[in-house]
Amino acid sequence: MSAAIPVQHGIWRWLGALGRRSLQAVQSVGDAAVLTLQALGHLLRKPWQGRHFVLQLHALGVGSLVIILITGAFTGMVLALQGYYTLAKFGSESLLGAGVALSIIRELGPVLGAFMVIGRAGSSITAEIGIMRVTEQLDALRMMAVNPRARIILPRIIATMLALPLLVAVFDVIGIGAGYVVGVELLGVNPGAYIAEMTAKITMHDINGGWVKAIVFGFMIGSICTWMGYRAEPSTEGVARATTRAVVVASVSVLIVDYILTSFFL
Amino acid sequence: MIRGEHLGKSFGDVVAVRPLDIHIPAHAVTAIMGGSGSGKTTLLRLLSGLEKPTCGHVWFGEEDITAMSEQRLFKLREQMGMVFQYSALLNSLNVYDNVAFPLHEHTSLAEPVIRRVVSMKLEQVGLRGFEALMPSELSGGMAKRVAFARAMVMDPAVVFFDEPTSGLDPISAGVITRLIHDTASKVQMTAVVVTHDVQAGLSIADHVILMWQGEIIARGTPEDIRNSTDARVQQFVQGRPDGPIPFSRSTTPYIDDLLQAEMRA
Repeated sequence: MSAAIPVQHGIWRWLGALGRRSLQAVQSVGDAAVLTLQALGHLLRKPWQGRHFVLQLHALGVGSLVIILITGAFTGMVLALQGYYTLAKFGSESLLGAGVALSIIRELGPVLGAFMVIGRAGSSITAEIGIMRVTEQLDALRMMAVNPRARIILPRIIATMLALPLLVAVFDVIGIGAGYVVGVELLGVNPGAYIAEMTAKITMHDINGGWVKAIVFGFMIGSICTWMGYRAEPSTEGVARATTRAVVVASVSVLIVDYILTSFFL
Repeated sequence: MIRGEHLGKSFGDVVAVRPLDIHIPAHAVTAIMGGSGSGKTTLLRLLSGLEKPTCGHVWFGEEDITAMSEQRLFKLREQMGMVFQYSALLNSLNVYDNVAFPLHEHTSLAEPVIRRVVSMKLEQVGLRGFEALMPSELSGGMAKRVAFARAMVMDPAVVFFDEPTSGLDPISAGVITRLIHDTASKVQMTAVVVTHDVQAGLSIADHVILMWQGEIIARGTPEDIRNSTDARVQQFVQGRPDGPIPFSRSTTPYIDDLLQAEMRA
């Protein structure tokens, strides 16, 4: 009997901790949603944030372009190598173009593109806003009668939401092109078959699915990364922690939502 | 001008400002002084509307800023300026754009006019010609002066100063102190200065409020404060470690801790 009590205590303590963590998580999701909605509320309200949106779009898009080009190219090349190895076992090398293009357009383009944007731009959004919080720049904006949710949060969310689909489109084109080079030029797949199978097997449904994923991921990355920076503890350690957490939470969220969206678009 | 009624603020279990009444008179410099952690910066943030109080109200003229909408508060803030402890200049903008920022945001003045106003304000703080520098290229004193110029650029009715002289060399601190004093007397501005610099506070203020442990322990003119018989006020004014305000925050005597550690060993 006396041995059972500590075990029970241990379970209760564990359940209590689990409950607290769950409540904190729900509270955080709610807080992030409220901040995002408040920011979006300024979308149609003056003053327009057009100039700041364009600046953010430029910083996000152009800043992430090189890493997207490199990732896209190598993803396409590896897919072509792996795909050729598998398809050759069934004598279906001609399907290589369709395989590479479908994998990239439906899945790898949006997901890997999102990961690259999280690493390259998402983390810097969190760090930038976190530092603005630590150095009281957000308070300074408020005191100058400028709403940080409209000026800082909103342009970053919208810019991420619009930049990611464009970057994913670049990723897709480069990936398919690199797959063609490896498949056709290096491995000797018939170029006509590569292109013909690819154009025959890809439908608008596949392309739209990729677009929708990219828009949803972009919105999520913008919301999560801005919220993490906005609510970062006002210390250098707090900003570092928030940046790491933003990358982890955004990446995991992308994978979870990717599964949900894929199940809808299949 | 600004009134706080039964104004209090807690962060979880920590009470930063105990419920108090405060009045900031118009066209005068009010210094809120006190040691570190006495709640003076929190009080300043409550008065400026940057922090929501746990209890009580803040009246800006006839308007209760604790109850008003965010939009109305932003409108009201066009009449306010603030110089933050670490200047809080916008990192991505140079000196000119930082000072011109409120003008770009809230006026429809043509750029040449804005350029003139900014130039005038920078001349006032002795930094004309430094427009192109970025905040990272400025010394602490220069950044404070740019922040001062930015706070004054809209000719606000009220300016809040959070530790305007902390971390500055005596010359820079003197320049900032003189700027606050001269500007306040010339343009009849209402200024609220939070500082633990006793000499600076007493030299520029028309009214002084002294805080300790989230409470107001003395208020009056600088003369009233200097001549106060309250031992806490005298200890603070004279900067003595011994007195009713404990210097050490430790809860147990050091010698007891050492002896206990010895006995355990």
